[in-house]
Amino acid sequence: MKKSMTGAEILVDALIKEGTKCIFGYPGGVLIPVFDVLYKREKDIRFILARHEQGAAHMADGYARASGDVGVCLATSGPGATNLITGIATAHMDSIPIVFITGQVSSALIGTDAFQEANIVGITQSITKHNYLVNDIKDLPRIITEAFHIASTGRPGPVLIDFPVDIAKATLEDYSYPTEINIRGYKPSVQGHKKQIIKTAHMIAQSERPVIFAGGGVIISKASKALKDLAEKINAPVTTTLMALGAFPQDHELYMGMPGMHGTKVANYGLMECDLIISVGARFDDRITGDVSKFAPNAKIVHIDIDPASVSKIIKVDVPVVGDAKHVLEELLPIVDAKGKNAWNEEVAGWKRDFKLHYRTDDTDEMKPQYVVQRLCANLPKDSIIATEVGQNQIWAAQYYEYTFPRQLLTSGGLGTMGFGLPAAIGAQVAYPDKYVIDIAGDGSIQMNIQELATAFVERLPVKVAILNNGYLGMVRQWQDLFWDKKYSGVCLKKQKECLEQCSTPSSACFSYVPDFVKLAESYNVLGLRCSEYDKVDETIQKAMAHDGPVVMEFIVAKEENVFPMVPPGAAINEILDVEL
Amino acid sequence: MNKHIISVLVENQFGVLGRIANLFSARAYNIQSLTVGETEDPDISRMTIVVVGDKDILEQIQKQLNKLIDVIKVRDITGMNLVDREALLIRINATSANRAEIIQAIDIFKGNVVGIKKDSITTEIFGDSDKIEAFIEFIRPFGIKEMVRSGRVAIVR
Repeated sequence: MKKSMTGAEILVDALIKEGTKCIFGYPGGVLIPVFDVLYKREKDIRFILARHEQGAAHMADGYARASGDVGVCLATSGPGATNLITGIATAHMDSIPIVFITGQVSSALIGTDAFQEANIVGITQSITKHNYLVNDIKDLPRIITEAFHIASTGRPGPVLIDFPVDIAKATLEDYSYPTEINIRGYKPSVQGHKKQIIKTAHMIAQSERPVIFAGGGVIISKASKALKDLAEKINAPVTTTLMALGAFPQDHELYMGMPGMHGTKVANYGLMECDLIISVGARFDDRITGDVSKFAPNAKIVHIDIDPASVSKIIKVDVPVVGDAKHVLEELLPIVDAKGKNAWNEEVAGWKRDFKLHYRTDDTDEMKPQYVVQRLCANLPKDSIIATEVGQNQIWAAQYYEYTFPRQLLTSGGLGTMGFGLPAAIGAQVAYPDKYVIDIAGDGSIQMNIQELATAFVERLPVKVAILNNGYLGMVRQWQDLFWDKKYSGVCLKKQKECLEQCSTPSSACFSYVPDFVKLAESYNVLGLRCSEYDKVDETIQKAMAHDGPVVMEFIVAKEENVFPMVPPGAAINEILDVEL
Repeated sequence: MNKHIISVLVENQFGVLGRIANLFSARAYNIQSLTVGETEDPDISRMTIVVVGDKDILEQIQKQLNKLIDVIKVRDITGMNLVDREALLIRINATSANRAEIIQAIDIFKGNVVGIKKDSITTEIFGDSDKIEAFIEFIRPFGIKEMVRSGRVAIVR
């Protein structure tokens, strides 16, 4: 049915037709025509007002990661748009489908340095999968359909639509939402090449020490079951990257844990000692390979990925298979020969016995952050969703929480964005209002988007924040501790002007922490809890769970605790530092 | 490190050149020359990009180009049975003593004199890159006042 509609009406109508239930955003002058329509259609589509555009971007991201649906984020021109940048780049690095819509100054003013004008299409070219400037209202319906299609198919990613205000106000006489998409430059290969899949089966048959290396692509393509079936059929040990935690059962006998800089020894030894890596939806990030020239010296590599550009980018592979992980694994499964357990499985099982993740509790009176994460896992229901900030908190959350299903862990893996966790948790809570959504945070990261506590409260989104407060920007402090002669420069969050120069020794004489997180939470109408003793941890978590609204739990933890195991930067991944018991 | 000619068909649209240029700078690939113009289909432009790089870099360049939504087709046409041409416009120092010698060189290179002044000759030369290079090297001792090269265009026979 064709209708006469304004650009703003078309936008909102198209979003609803694409199944958008919620828009995260922030208004501005050039977006008023759009907000005028949203006002009328409040019943059909929810608008969540973030307190900062970066927050809105991460909320849309958390929503998309948790639900698998396309997130939608709306921001105004100029500073509104530039405030999205970190959020867009975060989504781009982790292949998260989001459609960003930015208001733009009137077409006639573009290029004149108009008030609140920024060339956001130019600025975001290298951090979006694709972007559009709407020049003509006739193109608008096609652009929105294409944006959703591009964002959600192939290797997903963010797409930005820059939407000038005159187009929002213009009228299109014969609007109908397109049902067909034809983009001649965009045809992702979903089916893997038959020959390559057969070659993969041969490689597996010849291998005596295979390892399956699974990345975020497994979660995106819903390939968890196929992955498990393959692993069990060929009895190959499995390692899952940070982006794939939850894609393979962590209590499975074939599971080796996470690989890389802070991975388990089992996973790293597994990759280094194997004769075949079957990589599924992973991209050999430098945090995983360590020194590339020493990585997996005896392994042949099969690389299954939907993005051809990820294949042989870092590591030369022997068999590239370009296709969707689930499709390829399902085609591979029937033609691959079953393999029994062999000496390799025994070797890996031995490592699993000998090298468990561990930390000490007897080297300080202070509470250890790892314990807090373990207790969160023990107290929360199995279907809870965990978001993290970035740094030590992120790695402890990865190591000491047991993930049991895909999309359970929301973390900024590629870009490593501090300030991601709280807004991502809020977005996830919108998708799953009845689940517990927890942000495992550091005292540094949480302050980067703390303003979103207001959003959580007013929107009745009962996220629980667990701050592991060590008073430091802990991961950088850890590197300074281990590799820079313990020169704690620029990392102490308690440091004030009167402090000694070159201080690397935290003590009880230090200034007290600013802000007071409990009081801060209370000022947002959010419950604030503080805990610094082991035997109060469970009680604190249970109080937070029982509270019908957002909560900030502040856990005062050991100031100088380091994340282990650790592969020093630039080393091979079997050169591992660990804490002595 | 070899020179490669990559032929790219792109949507003839606002901003496409910027995207391609941005891709090369973002990934630190070096463009030696880039030409762009409409094809037989006015919706499609062809870019001829000359880059220097080893096999792995070339493979990545092609894959990254292919990832752009506005890119329709990418082909490394180096070594194929192709014609490639470049135009050179150049203004050369000239005196009454050496003017004849310069004009003779232009004739040998099948160029045309397109401007002449008391102290200079301006000429156009058309041909493959080797020919253009050879002409420039020959003429350099006379003194080059100003020159511009079009960049290479190429097509498979």
